[in-house]
Amino acid sequence: MTSSSAYLGKDLVGLQDLSADQIRAILDTAEPFKEISERAIKKVPVLRGKTIVNLFFEPSTRTRISFEFAEKRLSADTVNVQSTGSSVQKGETLVDTARNLEAMRIDMVVIRHSASGAARFLADRIASNVINAGDGRHEHPTQALLDMLTIRDKLGRLDGVRVCIVGDILHSRVARSNIWGLTRLGGEVAVCGPRTLLPTDVEELGVHVFSRIEEAIEWADVLNVLRLQLERMQAGFIPSLREYNRVFGITRERLERAPRDLLILHPGPMNRGVEIDSDVADGPHSVILDQVTNGVAVRMAVLYLLAGGVPERAEAAKRAGEGD
Amino acid sequence: MVELRRQLLMDERAVERALARMAREIVERNHGIRGLSLIGIQRRGVQLAERLAAEIERAEGERPPVGTLDITLYRDDLTTVGPRPVLGETRLPAGGIDGRVLVIVDDVAYTGRTARAALDELADFGRPARIYLCVLVDRGGRELPIQPDIVGRVVEATPRERVDVLVPEIDGRLAVELSVPEES
Repeated sequence: MTSSSAYLGKDLVGLQDLSADQIRAILDTAEPFKEISERAIKKVPVLRGKTIVNLFFEPSTRTRISFEFAEKRLSADTVNVQSTGSSVQKGETLVDTARNLEAMRIDMVVIRHSASGAARFLADRIASNVINAGDGRHEHPTQALLDMLTIRDKLGRLDGVRVCIVGDILHSRVARSNIWGLTRLGGEVAVCGPRTLLPTDVEELGVHVFSRIEEAIEWADVLNVLRLQLERMQAGFIPSLREYNRVFGITRERLERAPRDLLILHPGPMNRGVEIDSDVADGPHSVILDQVTNGVAVRMAVLYLLAGGVPERAEAAKRAGEGD
Repeated sequence: MVELRRQLLMDERAVERALARMAREIVERNHGIRGLSLIGIQRRGVQLAERLAAEIERAEGERPPVGTLDITLYRDDLTTVGPRPVLGETRLPAGGIDGRVLVIVDDVAYTGRTARAALDELADFGRPARIYLCVLVDRGGRELPIQPDIVGRVVEATPRERVDVLVPEIDGRLAVELSVPEES
């Protein structure tokens, strides 16, 4: 039985709010869910009759598809609402949109929004479970969880593992969620990127900072290579994509000089030849597609855990007699 | 204060004798071990299935394939049980289940809801030729019309009492105990 210290509560807003036990409970629950996606009939009835709305105020393909697969494999009914073509464009507020959906008796909302804090804001105002699928620069908890699951699968542990996140840390919710989650489970985290793309108070997050990628490669067991948003160049954060690739790009030549084999992660979608070269992305140490596979299992685990009952009722159920 | 008074129903020798007899019964019903596979229900059914397979191998010279099944996701009370139970591994026996004679192995038969869930889950995996239900202890109290085919021991237990099957891999010893809550 899950102990109540590992109980997740109503929502998953960010990993900053979670204890090590809670994060471990999600990762441990994700393991058996992997097997369901390998079955001929990829479906279990655990969320039968539940309605889940995927509320995406920002374009997203892989996160939305991954959530949708997870929901459908648990037998939930799903509705996708995207900001284009919906009443969101007509100026309806976030809460009004969500309350209207709730009036149609939904059970869970998966939200992606460009404003940091949008998921928490919504979670505090509606009764349905809320899962953050990325809010502004704040957090993207399920992405970090799938990164952690992939690292734990490949290296057998997270405690003491050295993970360097490379790229645009400043604008990255993936980086923030990874930093919270990994440090909570005993991992060591570093960041590496152009100074203009690191938060000014980055050391306060409890991470090492490398300004040269060669140092990061020498230190790390794992590189989590972030996507360089092309609009950063237009905004003047970096001089050019070629310049970025020359200084921070993950190339085979750079990895060959590493003292050990590095695990290469990337949350996708990749800019091949910018932050990562093709022969690294497709190379033997890349676990990028394992991340995608694990993403479905992690999201199934989160949906399953959040849709559960409450601890008090569990205690009552336990007292009423152990199972048969 | 409510305390549990524990009472030994079967010691190690008694459980071993029951399992040996159950293994013979499985082989007898199936007229040998042709097409036979065992499926242990998580958690303690898994260890019992392994023991039955070892007994069958001793008698027949060949070990039937053994799989494990976690029925948690098929339970009918998941929205009321509170925080989610930890899931165990589901692994079909080698050779799959289509056209096989399956023996579902569980520790205790009580309400029948676990067996119901197991049947539903197996139906999603394929179409066995035949399914038997085999339990070490039948404690009565059925809430569904499902009866075990092969039983180690029948015990009359009231709803307040609890029947625990203990296995060495999880509990450190092999036994069956009855727990009776007592006001002290």
